[in-house]
Amino acid sequence: MGWARKILRVDLTNGTTKSEQLNMEWAEQYLGQRGLGTKYLVEETDPKVDPLAPENKMIMATGPLTGTPAATGGRYSIITKGPLTGAIACSNSGGHFGAEMKMAGWDMIIFEGKSPKPVYLWLENDKAELRDAAHLWGKTTWETEEIIKSGHQDPQIRVASIGRAGENQVLFACVVNDLHRAAGRSGVGAVMGSKNLKAVALRGTVGVSGIKDYKAFLKATTAAKKVLADNAVTGQGLPKFGTQVLMNVINEIGALPTRNAQDVQFEGARNISAEAMHEKRPGDGKANLITNAACFGCTIACGRISQVDKGHWSVQNSPKYWGATGGLEYEAAWSLGAANGVDDLDGLTVANMICNEDGMDPITFGATVGAIMELYTMGVLTKEQIGIESPFGSAQALIEMSHLTAEGRGFGKEIALGSARLCEKYGHPELSMSVKKQEFPAYDPRGIQGMGLTYATSNRGACHLRSYTVASEVLGIPIKTDPLVTEGKAGLVKAFQDATAAFDSSGTCIFTTFAWTLGDLAPQLDGACEGEWTIEKLAEIGERIWNLERQYNNAAGFTAKDDDLPPRLKTEPAKTGPAMGLVSGIDKMRPEYYELRGWDTGGVPTADTLSRLGL
Amino acid sequence: MQKSLHIDPNKCTGCMQCELACSYENYGVFNISKSRIKVFNFEAAGRKVPYTCTQCAEAWCLHACPVEAIKIDAATGAKIVLEATCVGCKVCTISCPFGTINYVHDTGKVQKCDLCGGDPACATACPTGAITYVDADWTGLEKMRQWAGKTDTQPRTSA
Repeated sequence: MGWARKILRVDLTNGTTKSEQLNMEWAEQYLGQRGLGTKYLVEETDPKVDPLAPENKMIMATGPLTGTPAATGGRYSIITKGPLTGAIACSNSGGHFGAEMKMAGWDMIIFEGKSPKPVYLWLENDKAELRDAAHLWGKTTWETEEIIKSGHQDPQIRVASIGRAGENQVLFACVVNDLHRAAGRSGVGAVMGSKNLKAVALRGTVGVSGIKDYKAFLKATTAAKKVLADNAVTGQGLPKFGTQVLMNVINEIGALPTRNAQDVQFEGARNISAEAMHEKRPGDGKANLITNAACFGCTIACGRISQVDKGHWSVQNSPKYWGATGGLEYEAAWSLGAANGVDDLDGLTVANMICNEDGMDPITFGATVGAIMELYTMGVLTKEQIGIESPFGSAQALIEMSHLTAEGRGFGKEIALGSARLCEKYGHPELSMSVKKQEFPAYDPRGIQGMGLTYATSNRGACHLRSYTVASEVLGIPIKTDPLVTEGKAGLVKAFQDATAAFDSSGTCIFTTFAWTLGDLAPQLDGACEGEWTIEKLAEIGERIWNLERQYNNAAGFTAKDDDLPPRLKTEPAKTGPAMGLVSGIDKMRPEYYELRGWDTGGVPTADTLSRLGL
Repeated sequence: MQKSLHIDPNKCTGCMQCELACSYENYGVFNISKSRIKVFNFEAAGRKVPYTCTQCAEAWCLHACPVEAIKIDAATGAKIVLEATCVGCKVCTISCPFGTINYVHDTGKVQKCDLCGGDPACATACPTGAITYVDADWTGLEKMRQWAGKTDTQPRTSA
């Protein structure tokens, strides 16, 4: 079987740990990672819980393919109630931490309660202990990883930690592992901080064994790797350009939200694109991009390793930013760049480093800066309040705000609330580009209509990773649909949502789906896991997970009213590009979507739907 | 023809497929802590480097072993550990200048790369060609080819 069949339960309040058997009946129904973690959370917590209260739980969960040679089989997710949204949160990360957790013999770690003082979990195979983290509190994620490794005299330890943002309960704090991979969205890092849990440090030497049929499994993984290698996106585009391959493409089709979504095209897009990352800059004659890099098990290797010009004004006196480290992915380049009208590539790279260093989600952070710049332009916020002149296009303001937020200083304490609460506070809630208080990412729903429905109905607040219809509407995967029309998008979104939930529960990366379908995933799971794993079963699991998350949110108090977009996207037409004159057709798509989902007009799953899915 | 593992760090992405393949080949488990090839990450330099035994012609480990537990595989040239003979004294781990022979606590013996009997699993698993298994006398051939391609690139001036 792909599962280790073991859960570690950590009682932070009492400082104890215990091992439990994985509920295999649930594994059969929810697979692993996102699905299974959500099932545990739903069963064990009250959906109305305060996300930052000890009664909320935080679950780290791997999938059955995590730690195996299945391509991209290194993922883990953090499942909890999100403090930014008040909705279910499930943030997925790569790197090497997830695989190490599985190799230590664990499917999941469930954190409960709140430690009376800062601690970190040290987990070496089946030996688990909570250790004092007084010496780590106040440190960045980069420092924390280094101190833990040197303290244990073991460079092979893998660490997931929070930086000062998580300690300060910045509502979009993330959990960073392997220095620059992150369980990024919805504020899962703030939950960790609220529990006084600084880090989880792992060393796993047990490995993954007990695969159902090794021969069939390796045959399936080898075939699936070939599919990735032969595909133009996963075999060539992503390794060479990373997700940043999209910057110029999305700008050209007029779907790049710019200056807090006032525009849909950014005149500086070229300067912050993948192509620009490859070019030699004038300062030191070197390119921003050093190389590409892979997460555990990944044969795509879309990761960016970048290095900024040591002479760049923002780092001249900060050698810690001089080395190579995680570079810009598309979403971060957009949120830190286009969303604020900033086109300084090295400046964006530095802001992104600060996000990694202290554990902040660059999407929400950057989009919040965009809203602040608009409020500044309107005269609602002033230089005195923010601490720096903050017009659109100012890299100085962007980087200053990064430091303020990461370190919990001055206006950073207000930025820490995210754009929804901040805009509300200053009397302009309509300027927050968010759904369920979470900021939407780098695709404008006026130019890519399916993404409007994606954002509006995403169970964790606005997000591209819940149904990436960009694949179909822009790239033609699996079939090309017209990004400017609403017809057929309800069905497209539902199909993507269900398939994605299955992938997110398997231990593999959603980026495989540029090339893979459930038809490529099923034989790998079937080779690894007990039971029979078909495309149909996986699609049903995906739908079951989606509805379980929906029920959690409904019970938490969300209604159909919350499945909506910021008014700007519905009333201010795109000013330029192919979508010129268009607004989002969300109000047309939503009822059709509810119907296809088997939900009533209030967005509540009907009794028939629930019974069909065994919920 | 004798073949040799050849490593080109510039092509390595750090995906660990080699380590997974090595552990499975030798122990039937997906467990990178048991891998005989290791991928090192030089974070600040942005470099990943796979490293394992280079099968020295005059192998320090072989000469240092007091019980003659390290032999040459005639077919591949690999220096292989005879587990039944090895007493776990670790002298070879001290003598090896490169650190590529290591003690295994579970078995009480040492382990090192044995080239998988002539079909190294790491090279087969590597998705980028960073690890290849090539003619032992021509491990530099690909690098030569690349440099060769940079010479004589001026337009031809005579017929």
